[in-house]
Amino acid sequence: MPSEKYKGYRGKSRACLKSFSVGVWYDVEIDSTRGKFKGIILPRSETADSKHIVLKLRNGYNVGLAVDTIKDIKELGHKEAHYKIPEKKFPYNPGKPSVKLLGTGGTIASRLDYRTGAVIPAFSPGELYSSVPELAEICNLETEKLYGVFSENMGPEQWIGTALAIGKEIERGVDGIVIGHGTDTMHHTAAILSFMVQDSPIPIVMVGSQRSSDRPSSDAAINLINATRSAGIGDIAEVMVCMFGPTSDQYGLLHRGTRVRKMHSSYRSTFRTIGDIPLAMVDRNRFIHLRKDYKKRRKDRNVKINAVFDDRVAIVYYYPNMKPDIIEALIDNGYKGIVIAGTGLGHVNKPLYPVLKRASKNGVHIYMTVQTLWGYVQMYVYDTGRDLMDLGVIPAANMLPEVAYVKLGWALGQSTDREKVKEIMLTPVAGEITEREPHNGYLIFQGGIPEVDKFISSLKK
Amino acid sequence: MEYKKLEETTFEDYRKMGLKAGLEIHQQLLTSKKLFCRCPVIIPYSNKYDAEILRHMRPTLSELGEYDGTALMEFKTKKEIIYQINGESVCTYEMDDTPPFELNEEALDIAIEITNLLNCNMVSEIHIARKQYLDGSIPTGFQRTTILGIDGWIPYKKRKIGIIQLGLEEDACREVSDIGHTRVYRTDRLGVPLIEMVTYPDIRTPREAFDIAQILRHLVRSTGKVRTGIGAARQDVNVSVKGGRRNEIKGVPRIPMIPLLIHNEAFRQLNLLRIKEKLKKRGIKQSNFKHFAYDVTGILQNTRYYPIEKAVSKKSKVSAVLLKGYRGILSMKIQPETTFAKEISDRVRVIACLDKLPNIIHSDMESETLSSTEWQRVKKFANAEEKDTLVLVWGNEEDVETASNEIAIRAKEAIDGVPNETRRALPNGTNEFERILPGPNRMYPDTDLPPLAITEERIKRIVSQAPDPPWAAEKRYLKMKLSRELAAQMSIAPERPLFEKVLSETNIRPKTLASFIISNLRRMRKDGILTNFSEERFISTLKEITRNRVIEEAIPMIVEKTCGKEMLEPAEAILEYRPDENKGIEAEIRELVGQIEPIPIERNKLNHYVMGKVMERYRGKIRGKRILAIVDSILKEIHSSTK
Repeated sequence: MPSEKYKGYRGKSRACLKSFSVGVWYDVEIDSTRGKFKGIILPRSETADSKHIVLKLRNGYNVGLAVDTIKDIKELGHKEAHYKIPEKKFPYNPGKPSVKLLGTGGTIASRLDYRTGAVIPAFSPGELYSSVPELAEICNLETEKLYGVFSENMGPEQWIGTALAIGKEIERGVDGIVIGHGTDTMHHTAAILSFMVQDSPIPIVMVGSQRSSDRPSSDAAINLINATRSAGIGDIAEVMVCMFGPTSDQYGLLHRGTRVRKMHSSYRSTFRTIGDIPLAMVDRNRFIHLRKDYKKRRKDRNVKINAVFDDRVAIVYYYPNMKPDIIEALIDNGYKGIVIAGTGLGHVNKPLYPVLKRASKNGVHIYMTVQTLWGYVQMYVYDTGRDLMDLGVIPAANMLPEVAYVKLGWALGQSTDREKVKEIMLTPVAGEITEREPHNGYLIFQGGIPEVDKFISSLKK
Repeated sequence: MEYKKLEETTFEDYRKMGLKAGLEIHQQLLTSKKLFCRCPVIIPYSNKYDAEILRHMRPTLSELGEYDGTALMEFKTKKEIIYQINGESVCTYEMDDTPPFELNEEALDIAIEITNLLNCNMVSEIHIARKQYLDGSIPTGFQRTTILGIDGWIPYKKRKIGIIQLGLEEDACREVSDIGHTRVYRTDRLGVPLIEMVTYPDIRTPREAFDIAQILRHLVRSTGKVRTGIGAARQDVNVSVKGGRRNEIKGVPRIPMIPLLIHNEAFRQLNLLRIKEKLKKRGIKQSNFKHFAYDVTGILQNTRYYPIEKAVSKKSKVSAVLLKGYRGILSMKIQPETTFAKEISDRVRVIACLDKLPNIIHSDMESETLSSTEWQRVKKFANAEEKDTLVLVWGNEEDVETASNEIAIRAKEAIDGVPNETRRALPNGTNEFERILPGPNRMYPDTDLPPLAITEERIKRIVSQAPDPPWAAEKRYLKMKLSRELAAQMSIAPERPLFEKVLSETNIRPKTLASFIISNLRRMRKDGILTNFSEERFISTLKEITRNRVIEEAIPMIVEKTCGKEMLEPAEAILEYRPDENKGIEAEIRELVGQIEPIPIERNKLNHYVMGKVMERYRGKIRGKRILAIVDSILKEIHSSTK
């Protein structure tokens, strides 16, 4: 294939390769104004410039050589690399539970992509078994790739597809489901699946990794082991997220799908239960349940799948001096639902009042959440809140903004009736609204304070 | 060839054994911040830490789809790795909880300067690679590293020593301890920029290795942009002999250790080759190598051999590994004071984490271990024949299983002679197993950072501002009338940039300045006398000195006054040393000598004594030579008058 021969090269660099009759995977000696270089021509990332040729030197290092400096390229041979995780057949053990791993993408299993220079997902039971052989000690694993997308590209179509796939697997009789997912929007998917899949008899565990599995220090293997154990033998039959508790390789946390949120752009321990405590801790040897009010695993196969979604919903993150035209634009573009992430107890400024009133009159469903993330909306305390309710803005208790967003889309998929939608929105389905916030549901230690630092340093690992 | 002492081994001996050696020198760069994050480099390092984190490492595939041997070995060790975090010197990048920031440009500039200095072919675009380290010394499991240049050279006597490559990379953690399955690291050094210079195996004798290590060290120091002091530069030595294989001796802290390490490694390889020959004669090949492992815990329940007695009492397991046809092999000498058994014991210690020594015993040992009846019972149990050897290992079940496998693996490797290993330098000049030597399979492109072009403009800017290479500078200095020795010293001195700057701004004689810098300034700064030293102060002091024609000997005293605690202004500091203040000095000396009580000592000693007294007062004010002449003539007068 001619395009494969110059993979990633364009313009000057492509012309240079052509003129010396070489291409990617050619073993060459390049004579340049900066001296001679021997190595294999590698594909180039498409986002990189067109002025350089990438060479893998004999010592394993890659370097770029500027086309302008190249005087001659001599072909020495040809050596094509295939980055492939070895496939080993996943062993079957009749005594072990059956777990289905549904793949949607993300870094849980990934490999190098020469096109972009980044990592792309890779995934099959055989590959997983050869990279995480411990899985065979836990369960009989089957996998199915539903999607191969980074999590930012997950949307209603994939949510519905995943919910339906879960329903099918439950009916088929698996003992647990693991969903591999990119971490960025894992909590959006966890929330919507909590609504679309109700009363599951088995655990549905979402998992990902913060360090891709092509790194020795990756959290992928431990997360996958913990998630598979939770799905295969765990007792909690809910939609959960299973990710690192601390940054150390110690234990994973099982978070309820509607109360969890990614809270750091890169930490391993990025997922936190907000305004409540997690369901359980899990490691290679045991589960420590942190609360009793969870739905237990059942033998039956009775699950309610309600996979609907109206995507004409938006989150509006309020900021001081926000202008009404933002909301005007939503109304004019036919949006049916707006979730506001308001300040403090759930507020926006006065200049927005008229447009909110117009939105409400036009049948747009408006719900208020808090951008503080922790705490309840309470719109009676200040006049602003009361005014807003008069305009038709409905407080959404302590639902997280992203959760309210997916729930509103789900509710609008079922009805457009103001009262019906309100009933769906405000009736808790899976813990998205709680009656009370425990005192330890809000804990962000402030570093630098002597007693906190003392505690942290006394905490071995 | 039988073992000879280093000093008795000739060039011809090394030629016969086909010794080849190469050096890898790691040198920290003098930057204020780390390579891939904005943490400060804080040296000296501190043992204080604020938090700990725990990690494990798993092997991953290389870019070409292979697993690296070292990686698999480290995975076998099942280590828990603990990192101690000091909040001042470490951020979430070092903890591997934040992706890298852009490469430190200051470090890159220095590395480019040195790449040019070593005559390397410079790449046009750098690509950051991940070099896997599963020992945990880097929390990511890999070192971010990049190549700047290849195929360089440095002059050595009448030949050129080739430089394979020059890399820029982040430094690793400092190991605190490694006991059982727990290894502890401090993270403050992690991420400090360093360059790695690798020579071709062009080195033929231990002495040459010493010379070349010194040349490289001085070469990079001459830029004035690298760190000095303990741990700022670390050497690895690659050694092989004919028929042997490359072994890398890691972490040589001091260059003077290099010759003996190379020498002993050469003989170690020769001795391993001798075992290879012996096994060959016995007809043992890779294909017919046989070993069996037996659980002999039951047989040794009542042993009085303390290590095993203790293990048995703790419900540990004892395993006997039968090596068919290996009789006597484990007792063969490998290094001064060690036998082949040590090679096996090392593997057991490192890979199976059985690190309480002794960790193995074998049936060919002369020292007292098991009683002879116990050995007989073990031998019988294992069906051992006269020509076989038994190796015993004890510990918890899982570790003993790993150990039994490792014993067989190492014994089998002996059939091929010398395995590729990374070995640790020991203070007595020998070495021990550290890990399997990694191959190119441990390299993987870093997907977190895009390639970075090194433009012609950038190189031009750096090269134009950089000093000329030492060999060129040395010639220049000779022309400036520096002595041969001084020219050589100055050309590689870290103070060279200062030297050049002072010369360009003052009229001081180059020879005077060089001599002051090498013999006085360096020591004064090291002793902490020059607490207020700055280039600016130093230069203005020298300007004042030359303007007033103060004599050479006065420079240290004046510099101490201006750049030391007193912090005098240069004009003030030189007052008492101005030559015109010294008129009539002869009369003063005459008076001084008169005050000295005639003491009944020999004349030459008297001369010395008087000179000392006089110098106390006139040091730096008048040339020593002149004082000596005056004192001499006065004493002569006195003597001739008293005779």
